[in-house]
Amino acid sequence: MSEPLVTLRAVSKQYGRAIAVNNLSLDVFEGEFVTLLGPSGSGKTTTLMLIAGFEAPTSGEIRIRGASVVRHPPEKRDIGMVFQSYALFPHMSVFGNVAYPLRTRRLPSTEVAERVAQVLDAVRMSRFAERYPRQLSGGQQQRVAVARALVYRPSLLLMDEPLGALDKKLREEMQGELKSLQRTLGVTTLYVTHDQQEALTLSDRVAIMNAGDLVQIGSPLELYDHPATDFVAGFLGEVNTLDGVADEPAGAVTRIAVTDGLEAAAGANCWPGRVREAVFRGELVRYTVELRAGTIVSVSRPYRGQETIFAPGHAVWVTSRPQDWRVFG
Amino acid sequence: MSARSMWRQAGLLVGPALLLLLAVYLYPLGWLFVLSLTGGPGGAAGLDAYRRLAESSVYVDVLLRTTRISVLVTLVCLVAAYPVAYVMTRVGPTAVRVLMVFVLLPLWTSILVRTYAWMVLLQANGVLNNVLRWLRVIDEPLRLMYNETGVVIGMTQVLLPFAILPLYASRNIDPRLPRAAQIMGAGPWRRFYSLTLPLSLPGVATAALLVFVQGLGFFITPALLGGSRVITLAMVIETQVVDLLDWGLASAAAMVLLLLTAIVVVGFDRLLGLDRAWA
Repeated sequence: MSEPLVTLRAVSKQYGRAIAVNNLSLDVFEGEFVTLLGPSGSGKTTTLMLIAGFEAPTSGEIRIRGASVVRHPPEKRDIGMVFQSYALFPHMSVFGNVAYPLRTRRLPSTEVAERVAQVLDAVRMSRFAERYPRQLSGGQQQRVAVARALVYRPSLLLMDEPLGALDKKLREEMQGELKSLQRTLGVTTLYVTHDQQEALTLSDRVAIMNAGDLVQIGSPLELYDHPATDFVAGFLGEVNTLDGVADEPAGAVTRIAVTDGLEAAAGANCWPGRVREAVFRGELVRYTVELRAGTIVSVSRPYRGQETIFAPGHAVWVTSRPQDWRVFG
Repeated sequence: MSARSMWRQAGLLVGPALLLLLAVYLYPLGWLFVLSLTGGPGGAAGLDAYRRLAESSVYVDVLLRTTRISVLVTLVCLVAAYPVAYVMTRVGPTAVRVLMVFVLLPLWTSILVRTYAWMVLLQANGVLNNVLRWLRVIDEPLRLMYNETGVVIGMTQVLLPFAILPLYASRNIDPRLPRAAQIMGAGPWRRFYSLTLPLSLPGVATAALLVFVQGLGFFITPALLGGSRVITLAMVIETQVVDLLDWGLASAAAMVLLLLTAIVVVGFDRLLGLDRAWA
């Protein structure tokens, strides 16, 4: 791969004694869509603010195209940014908002008009050019915010939970639009979200953060199939955690003696239990099952094909493929 | 809640204040209005008082001077208050409290005392002239009193809190907006005049209204610092009532002042209404 567009080397940010970002190193390459994923307080937004220049790192180096930007104010970094609640200028029309960065750069008004029209067309907002932000729906404001961040063709686009304020259906729709827009324009994007579904859907690579640390970075598939820690596994999908001791690997399968006496291995990975709770979710039924000795696991079962829901108290057998198990120290 | 019981509740809440206003404000005002038309004891009835006001170049001059002083004081107050209010939006809560005390402190002192203090500072043999002469900046004392300069200086100091407070009250500009402008390439100056200034205009209008309207009717400060050379409308009214006992003319002058104030208030409301369109 070529030189990375953005390089973070051993970047830390402390507020007093609290560590917001801890010794973080990250490369983002030209044209990539990288997502910082983590729970709130994990340091993902702080990392974005450090790159934008609204915060200064306590230590470490931030480079854009190889040149250190730590001493540059935000307005000199050639970065586009979409804020969580859009931060559109209420006293300017859609056109005025999108033209703002171009007028700041003193482009001739004919070129301003041309480029604003182009980018509004790309986000399907041409009809609303004369409207004011308060006259737009959340999704429309979001599109204007994206158009405004892209119109001056910044070398890097930062997005801070840009879909957080939208309802679920609109959010999914906007995910698709963002992804295709990013692909068409090829703009390098660093995206922040706490929604793992969104991260997996949009990203080329996902960086998982927890308590200021970058825990693991990789493609969505790599992370999903090979989570490095139980935190990553737990954050990306729903997992059942059983404490126990793993034997030496025998072939492809590790035999695990679970603390409460259950054993998991090829051929012997069925456990008796009782349904504690059943939740109908449409295509799936989610069960909370209590195994012997009080271990709780959650299990999904397709509804179609069975058309039955086991009531609480029902005795069941729970099964799991040994290859789906991950052993964490 | 039915419309009727809502009205009853509103009536109970607003009623006492409304009654007080009727008794101590609207009734005397109506009485003044009648006086201005009947001419009061010994005066001629009809529009005579108004005619005398309009025909005398003295009264027209007074009206113009009063307006001019008020406009000047408003402008100086806005220019002086804006940076203070701006700083108050940028500093921490403790510093805001300290600054707020300094802004409010003058309001706890009587206008009369503050105006006499200005006389001590501004007179020919006053503190300011003595210091300037001692520093050899000037040879002859500056004429800072008994002219419009003195009146504007004094009134500005008295009315400054009424400009700072509404400006500070309208501070709630979303802090993400300047950040968004900054990341798009806007430097500090551009961020100020493209965002902070236009978004603070409602506060500016409120401050201007409060200072200007109070300035129109100001009495003590112009009377003491302006003396007989800077006669304002309020001073004319006082002279007519106290010295000349011409209640008709005084009432007519008061009505002119009231009309002028009403025009200004309605005008500013139009302006504020425009601002509300994108607030």
